[in-house]
Amino acid sequence: MIKTSGALTPRSHFYWITLVQSSAKPADWKTLLAQLWRIRLFEGHVQRLAAGGEVPGFPHLSTGQEAVAVGVCAHLTQNDVVFTGHRGHGHSLAKGCNLTATMAEILGRDTGLCRGRGGSMHLVDAGCGMLGATGVVAGNLPLAAGAAWAAQARQTGAISVVFFGDGATGAGVFHETLNLAGLWKLPLLLVCENNGYAEFTSRAEHSDVAKVSAFAAPYSIPSATIDGNDLIAVHQSAASAIEHVRRGDGPYLLECMTVRLAGHYVGDQQQYRSKEELAEALKKCPIERLKSYLLSQGVTDDELMAIADQIKQEVQRDVDAARAAAAPDPASFAEGVYASPLLAAGC
Amino acid sequence: MAQTFIEILRRALDEEMARDAAVYLLGEDVAEGGAFGVTKGLAAKHGATRVKNTPISEAAITGMATGAALCGLKPILEIMFIDFATLALDCLVNQAAKYRYMSGGQLAVPMVVRTQSGAAGGAAAQHSQSLESWFIHVPGLVVVAPSSPMEAYGLLKSAIRLGDPVLFIEHKRLYAMKEDFVDSAELPTIGKARVAREGSDVTIIAYSAMVRTALEAAETLAGRGISAEVIDLRTLLPLDMATISASVSKTHRAIVAHEAVMSGGVGAEIAARIADELFDELDAPVKRVGCPFVPIPFAPELEKALLPNALSIVQAAQELVR
Repeated sequence: MIKTSGALTPRSHFYWITLVQSSAKPADWKTLLAQLWRIRLFEGHVQRLAAGGEVPGFPHLSTGQEAVAVGVCAHLTQNDVVFTGHRGHGHSLAKGCNLTATMAEILGRDTGLCRGRGGSMHLVDAGCGMLGATGVVAGNLPLAAGAAWAAQARQTGAISVVFFGDGATGAGVFHETLNLAGLWKLPLLLVCENNGYAEFTSRAEHSDVAKVSAFAAPYSIPSATIDGNDLIAVHQSAASAIEHVRRGDGPYLLECMTVRLAGHYVGDQQQYRSKEELAEALKKCPIERLKSYLLSQGVTDDELMAIADQIKQEVQRDVDAARAAAAPDPASFAEGVYASPLLAAGC
Repeated sequence: MAQTFIEILRRALDEEMARDAAVYLLGEDVAEGGAFGVTKGLAAKHGATRVKNTPISEAAITGMATGAALCGLKPILEIMFIDFATLALDCLVNQAAKYRYMSGGQLAVPMVVRTQSGAAGGAAAQHSQSLESWFIHVPGLVVVAPSSPMEAYGLLKSAIRLGDPVLFIEHKRLYAMKEDFVDSAELPTIGKARVAREGSDVTIIAYSAMVRTALEAAETLAGRGISAEVIDLRTLLPLDMATISASVSKTHRAIVAHEAVMSGGVGAEIAARIADELFDELDAPVKRVGCPFVPIPFAPELEKALLPNALSIVQAAQELVR
């Protein structure tokens, strides 16, 4: 990872990642539940602030898909790198991005991860290995493969993880990347969040290939399709997928079947989805499912309420801090296009 | 002993690979030397892991070079023809160019994309274009177009060490050009043009293979009593307006000559800047020499008829000076 002089490198929070081992116990599941809540609450704030006109642009929420981010990132180290797409708030928080700096970026503040230059679709926190969200569907796939190639070439032992939706499989570069990743046995974990929609278009309308994991075999890449709304299933499948990748056995494609509880972007009225479909989707909420499991394992309602309250307060505090931050100095808009001032001067 | 453009370019790659273990080559056929033999022998010398053949997947390999550049490598990617850069535009324009800025300076893309352009030998409409002006429109990219073997040597080395994504455009007609190799500790600064020939009556601004054509034209003009100054831009993005300004303030007349179609070309940008910044210095309108707005044709007679040559520049200069 290249750090540039004068770079803004926000502090990252790792307090929860280190708590989780691959052989998780109920105590660990509670920690992961807290992470699901944290993302859900964070995006709830994004939604409300966007509705109130406080968020520039058009943020995309991962509400309903949080278990994929949390279940996969729980196994990553600080040296591992993550790439995501336009629906990347959850992945960023799960990889360890500072919540205040992430919200500040989404709000376009100078204290944001990217000094207000990137926004919701371009979150980067190099310090914690969150190497970037990209707003072009499938554009992140070869970047992640390139990061994996660098790790392989430099023998750093790191792996690269890319999160993408089923919509990305319609892009040629998805197939090009799979071919190269399989051919070069890159340490790359491809995580498809199959939420059944490419923006407003259902999977049935955009592809006749029912399972994204079916694309893996022709490129000699092992794969699995799992219930992406079951945090425990994601956690366990990710553990073995990551073990495979980390061992040097090449890439792995993990397809997580999930549901998008929100629209494509904040404000999307979702007229293309029936009320019945949305009601059905709500039943698959990963948070409710993990809660039910924990209750069945003897964890009490009070315990869960206490966790929820604490997370709620923390998120509120961090969001308030982000909202209080200043916007970037308008005069600074030209800063940071090139390394050399000479180059910038001639443009 | 004189060496060809290809040999001297290979020498630059070889030396940079020896100097910096982070430099890797990738592209279609590069382990075999590439379509023009530039990378020949480098895989044997520096190892197959550092000189990697790729599938014909311009979008993915450009993305991979970019991703690797984010993570500690300094990849040099070969896109065989600039015409095929069309397949890599998402990565070049949306990803590589923007990473430093969008990340608030946290990340950079120290990558060189070597490609070649220009018309020669009936390569026809999909292997002959000069598409450089597309890229000078993109903040975050650097565009370099060397005019000779030794220029390419220095500029490629500087590009590899720059730290930002560079599109390095070689002209296929220059590949056979020979020059003596001259060892020099000093490398050119990216963003600085050079005066290739001094003169006082008219400034001819050119780059890539057109510099040689401009020098030929200047020689002819000298015989006709017109003293032409030739500027070799070296870098198209950023543009060295200081060098252009100093020259035009002396000659008061300017021609921009390139092989790309005139419309929307580099010449249009330079003419606009001269009009903005140097209007009072001008004794005549800025002239452009370039290809007409036609795809590059196949038949040699058609190709030759279309391409601007020394005579086109001479005529333009005589119109300005008369």
